[in-house]
Amino acid sequence: MTTVWVPQDSSARAVGADEVAAVLATVDGVTVRRNGTRGMLWREPLVEVETDRGRVGYAGVTAEAVPSLLEAGLLVGSEHESCIGVVDEDPWLTAQDRVSLARIGLAEPTDLSAYEAQGGWAGLRRALELDPADVVEEVVASGLRGRGGAGFPTGVKWRTVLQAEAEQKFVACNLDEGDSGTFADRILAEADPFTLVEGMTIAAVTVGATEGYIYCRSEYPDAVARLRDAIAVAAEHGYLGDDVAGSGRSFRLQVRVGAGAYICGEETSMLESLEGRRGEVRAKPPIPALRGLWDSPTVVNNLLSFAAIPMILADGGEAYAARGVGRSRGTQIFQLAGNIARGGVYEAPLGVSLRELVEDVGGGTRSGRPVRAVQVGGPLGAYLPADRLDVPMGYEELAEAGGMLGHGGLVVFDDTVDMARMARFAMEFCAVESCGKCTPCRIGSTRGVETIDRITSTPAGTEGREQLFVLLEDLCATMTTGSLCAMGGLTPVPVRSALTHFPEDFGGSPR
Amino acid sequence: MARAGRQQTEELTPRSARAEVTREVAQGYAGERGPLLEILHAVQAEHGYLADEDVSEIADVLNLSVAEVHGTVSFYHDFRRRPAPDHQVQICRAEACQSVGAAALFDAAQDHFAHREDVEVREVFCFGNCALGPSASIDGRLRARVTIDDIAAAESGWSR
Ligand SMILES: Cc1cc2nc3c(=O)[nH]c(=O)nc-3n(C[C@H](O)[C@H](O)[C@H](O)COP(=O)(O)O)c2cc1C
Ligand code: SF4
Ligand code: FES
Repeated sequence: MTTVWVPQDSSARAVGADEVAAVLATVDGVTVRRNGTRGMLWREPLVEVETDRGRVGYAGVTAEAVPSLLEAGLLVGSEHESCIGVVDEDPWLTAQDRVSLARIGLAEPTDLSAYEAQGGWAGLRRALELDPADVVEEVVASGLRGRGGAGFPTGVKWRTVLQAEAEQKFVACNLDEGDSGTFADRILAEADPFTLVEGMTIAAVTVGATEGYIYCRSEYPDAVARLRDAIAVAAEHGYLGDDVAGSGRSFRLQVRVGAGAYICGEETSMLESLEGRRGEVRAKPPIPALRGLWDSPTVVNNLLSFAAIPMILADGGEAYAARGVGRSRGTQIFQLAGNIARGGVYEAPLGVSLRELVEDVGGGTRSGRPVRAVQVGGPLGAYLPADRLDVPMGYEELAEAGGMLGHGGLVVFDDTVDMARMARFAMEFCAVESCGKCTPCRIGSTRGVETIDRITSTPAGTEGREQLFVLLEDLCATMTTGSLCAMGGLTPVPVRSALTHFPEDFGGSPR
Repeated sequence: MARAGRQQTEELTPRSARAEVTREVAQGYAGERGPLLEILHAVQAEHGYLADEDVSEIADVLNLSVAEVHGTVSFYHDFRRRPAPDHQVQICRAEACQSVGAAALFDAAQDHFAHREDVEVREVFCFGNCALGPSASIDGRLRARVTIDDIAAAESGWSR
C-alpha cells in the first residue's frame, strides 16, 4: 500500500482537493489520508506521496491530471513538472522558524497519537507541575504580545485574571478573524486544533477557569467542525473534562459560532455576542480580564496567542523571547495575501522586513506587474507604497512607519489598483460593519464615502474642490478622536495613507 | 416563481407545527449559558429562515422579550427573516480579493443573475481564502480564483 496525503484545508478544497482525493481513493494500492495544509497555499492541492526518501510533493494537482500523474510514476515519487521534491526539504518551509505552525500538515488534524508523538501536551504537563504564578511569569518572560491586533502583553493579562477573586472565571478564544488578508487562525484551527486546545487549557488551569469558549466566525464552517471533533477527542482521552490530564482540575471547552459581523472580533463585542446579544461594543473599563463573560474575570486571547503558549511552556519563555526585534518578541505567522505569487502562511521571527516577505518569500505579485501598495494589518491598517517596504515587521517599528502589525496579514496590490477606490472602500466597510453605538463611526463613515465620491467626480481645478479635502480630513479627525473603539478610530488610517502616498489617484492636488 | 410557491405552502402548514419544532430546537439548548445565537442558527438551519413565530417562540423559551430576540436577530448579517432563494452566490468584496479583481467579479455576477429571481448574489467580507482570491461561495461551497465563467459553469450544473 502506498500512502498519499491530500490536504483537507478549506483553501485546498476550494481548488479541488476533495475531487483529487476521491479519484486517488479509487486507485488500487493507494491509501488516501487527509492532512491539514502545509501553508503553501499557492501550491494547493499539494499531494504528498510517502516514499523511501520521505514525502514527495506534487503541486497544483487536479482530478483530471491524476491519471497522467500516476502514469508518470506519482506513486514512487518520480520526477514531473509538478513535482516539488521532498516536502520537508522545500526551501520555502525550511527557511521558516515554525513554532506555532510546527505541526501543521504533518498528520490528520485530529489524530491525537500523532499530536502526542510530535511533542503535544508537553507544555500542559509542565504547566500542571508549576505554580500558577510561575506559569504566568513564564508567559511574561516570553514577551508574547496579543496577536489579535492590539499587542497587549499576554502574561500581564493572565496575571490580572489569576489575581482576580471570583468563583467563576472563563477563557475565551477570539477566532473571529475578520480582517481581509488574514487566515492564520483558520489554518491552525483546521490543521492542528489540539495546539489551540492545549493553549487554552494551559490558560484555564493557570488562572483557575473551568469553562472556555471558542468564538469562531460562521464563514469558517470547516474550522468549527474540526475544533468540535478535536474537543471531543481530547475529552475522551482525559485532556478536557473533570480531571484534566490527571491533575484533578476541571476544564470544559465549547465552540460558539458567530453570525457574520466584523465588529464581533472586537473583544467586548465578542463577549456580548457570546452572551447572545447584539454585538455592541462595551465601554472599557471594566476590562474583560476583570469583568468579561457574565461579569466574571475572563482571559480573552486571539487564537495565535494561545497557539504560542504550548511551546513557551514546553521550552521556556526565554527560548521564545530569544527571537524577535525590540519589544516585539517571538515569531509571527505572516499571511501573504492578495495579488501575490506565493501566498500562504509564513512563520518567522518578528523583525523580518516587509520587503523580504513580499518580494523574496511572496515572489512579488501574482499578476507579474509591479507592486504598488501593501496593506499591512487588516482593513484598519495603512497602505504602504512600494518604496517604503524596508520596514522591520515589529509593533513599534511599523507604528513608526505609520503602519500596524495587526494580525499579521499582508495584502499586496499591483500598479492597476485605484487607491481612491480603496480609501472609499475603507469608509464603506466601516459604514456597513459599524456596531452603530457612536455617531462619528456610524455617520462619519457614510459621509466619508460621499465625500470621496465627490472628490473623485470633481475635476481638478474646480472651485471648491479644495474644501472637499478639508471636509474629508475633518471627518477623519472626528472619527479618530470621537470613536469608542478602533473600528471608527482607525478607519481613517487606510484613508489618510492613501491620500498621503497616492494623491494622484484622487485627481491630483486638492486644487 | 419558485419563491411565491414556497410561501404558499408555508401558509398551508399549520402554524403550530412550525412553532412546535422551533420550541423543541430551542429547548435543546436550555442548559447552556447565553444560548441565543446557537438557537437562532439551529432554528434557521431547520426552517431556512426565522419567521415572527420563531422569534416569539424562542423568546418564550428563554424568558426574554420578543424585542430582545428581535434586536439580536437584526444585528447579524447571517440571519434571514424570509425564505432563502434557491441559489446563493456570495462573493468576497474585501481588500485581498479586490486586489485580484473581486469588484469586477461582483458586478459581473450581479449582471449575470439580474434576470433570475431564484438566485441571490450577496457581498461578503472575507472567507479566509485571501491567498487564492477572488473567493466566492456558491450554494455553500467555497471556491478560489473565481472567474465569471466559473460561476456560469456552476449555474449550468443547477439546471441539469
Ligand atoms: C474592530 C476590531 C476588530 C477586531 N477583530 C479581531 C479579530 O477578528 N480577532 C482577534 O483576535 N482580535 C480582534 N480584535 C482585537 C480584540 O479586540 C482583542 O484585542 C484581542 O482579541 C485580544 O487578544 P490578544 O491579546 O491575544 O490579541 C479586533 C479589534 C477591533 C477594534
Ligand atoms: S467606533 Fe464604531 S464599531 Fe466601535 S463602538 Fe463606536 S460605533 Fe461601534
Ligand atoms: S479577502 Fe476575500 S477571502 Fe479574504
